[in-house]
Amino acid sequence: MVDPQLVIEPVYLATVFFFIIGLYRMSNPLTARSGIVWAGAAMLLATVVTFLTPGLGNIGLIGIGIAVGGGLGYLAAKRVAMTDMPQMVAIYNGMGGGAAASISAVELLAGTAANTAVLAVAGGLIGSISFSGSLIAFLKLQGWMRQKPITYSAQQVVNIVVLLLAGFFGALVLTNSGVVPLPVRLFLPLFFLLALLFGLLMTLPIGGADMPVVISLFNALTGLAVAFDGFAIGNYAMIVAGVIVGAAGSLLTLVMARAMNRSIPSVLFGAFGATDEVGGAVTGSLKSIEADDVAVMLAYASKVIIAPGYGMAVAQAQQKVKELSDLLESRGTPVKFAIHPVAGRMPGHMNVLLAEAGVGYEHLFDRDEINPEFTGTDVVLVIGANDVVNPAAHRQGSPLFGMPILDVELAKNVIVLKRGQGRGFAGIENDLFYRDNTRLLYGDAQESVGKIVQALKKL
Amino acid sequence: MTDLSTVWPAVYIAMLAAFTGYVVISRVPVMLHTPLMSGSNFIHGIVLVGAMVALGLATTPLEQAIGFLAVVLGAANVTGGYVVTERILEMFHRPRRPGPGV
Repeated sequence: MVDPQLVIEPVYLATVFFFIIGLYRMSNPLTARSGIVWAGAAMLLATVVTFLTPGLGNIGLIGIGIAVGGGLGYLAAKRVAMTDMPQMVAIYNGMGGGAAASISAVELLAGTAANTAVLAVAGGLIGSISFSGSLIAFLKLQGWMRQKPITYSAQQVVNIVVLLLAGFFGALVLTNSGVVPLPVRLFLPLFFLLALLFGLLMTLPIGGADMPVVISLFNALTGLAVAFDGFAIGNYAMIVAGVIVGAAGSLLTLVMARAMNRSIPSVLFGAFGATDEVGGAVTGSLKSIEADDVAVMLAYASKVIIAPGYGMAVAQAQQKVKELSDLLESRGTPVKFAIHPVAGRMPGHMNVLLAEAGVGYEHLFDRDEINPEFTGTDVVLVIGANDVVNPAAHRQGSPLFGMPILDVELAKNVIVLKRGQGRGFAGIENDLFYRDNTRLLYGDAQESVGKIVQALKKL
Repeated sequence: MTDLSTVWPAVYIAMLAAFTGYVVISRVPVMLHTPLMSGSNFIHGIVLVGAMVALGLATTPLEQAIGFLAVVLGAANVTGGYVVTERILEMFHRPRRPGPGV
């Protein structure tokens, strides 16, 4: 019989090759779709040949585990709405981290060699942090937990102490020494509990607006944990794939933070939006408008720009907005969509949501392209966006200062569709709403846009 | 650290892999950040392979239980990560519907 390793290793090698090809293709819009298919096929092949591993027992359990986990993952991912994708990325990333931590636990329980135990502890620590941290990120984005930063006094001291304790017990696991008056078999569970606790504590003070950056960071961490486990069990496919994700994820984290004008330390330790804004009191008053009047305004406009935000997606108003833009175009009024890099919950999320509604890419313009155009525009419709159009970003001293925004306030008329008088994701007052050229149309975005469409049809 | 001769090749490989990961996505447009994050999330699902081996070689009931958990979580990472990425990228593939009156 042929040595199974002669089959397994070449297949793992091919798997990693196709992962790289897949990622490469995913970084270009034209080939992106095929990229995930390549990577998926490679993953399937790698999973199948792993069954050939010499001495592999518990085959039945493995099959059940794959069926249960894979089935649940598949069903949940198929059912979730496009608006909820960011938290799905968070939860699946957390599961990867949990899997990495569990592998470490098994390796350490089985008592592997000392030189690989260090790596298993590292993988266990990082994987556990990524697991519990991603769960908190999921709960916050899903709205099952308060999105505002959760802070208390001496928070960072507590966090550091917990992390140090986790590292301390990790070291005890390695040495099995009786420095502390505790039974040796308690070291391992304590190590994992403390690591999980740290992931939870470090994510609590991070607000909803910064979550995309944090999810990306946990994604990179899970990659790293997988790589460490790969080292520990001598699996090169895991090492290479894990390190690639670690590096790509780190870069992605930096790029995202830059797009939001946030630094990584301020994301992790800043508790953004927790404090009240200093200075820059708003002047003027809120002026509301009715849908019929908006329709009249649009009917006589020669140029319209729509600035959508996450609120539009929450209200499921994309289809109505698409209808409105088609209607205006058919009347000869050009409509453009202004897409802020972080509109929605993640960079690029808004493009996806509008594409789902059938808005063509030729109508979408990113911030740098559209910003010079606001000055000559008759009407800007801001639909469910807040922070990305907040002129406070131009004012020193504001927590938003320096964040690149859509300069909608330069248009002749700004109509803001809002559900109520609440603040944006960042929790900062928006003085755009008080400007003389701004009118607010209160109500559910889907309903409001529907009313505008009806009124416009009668004109 | 007993046998350093096996560790060093792995470290070299890891360094090259880090460089690869960095270069492959260094010029990605903002539009693709979300799908790429999701795609790389899928790729670390390779952890499933390690989980299968861990469970496959587990002997005690406790090891088996944790190994089983690893397989379940790893498998969810794989299928969930794939479907989410595929669904997001599907949007880029959709044929453009011509708008009425255009």
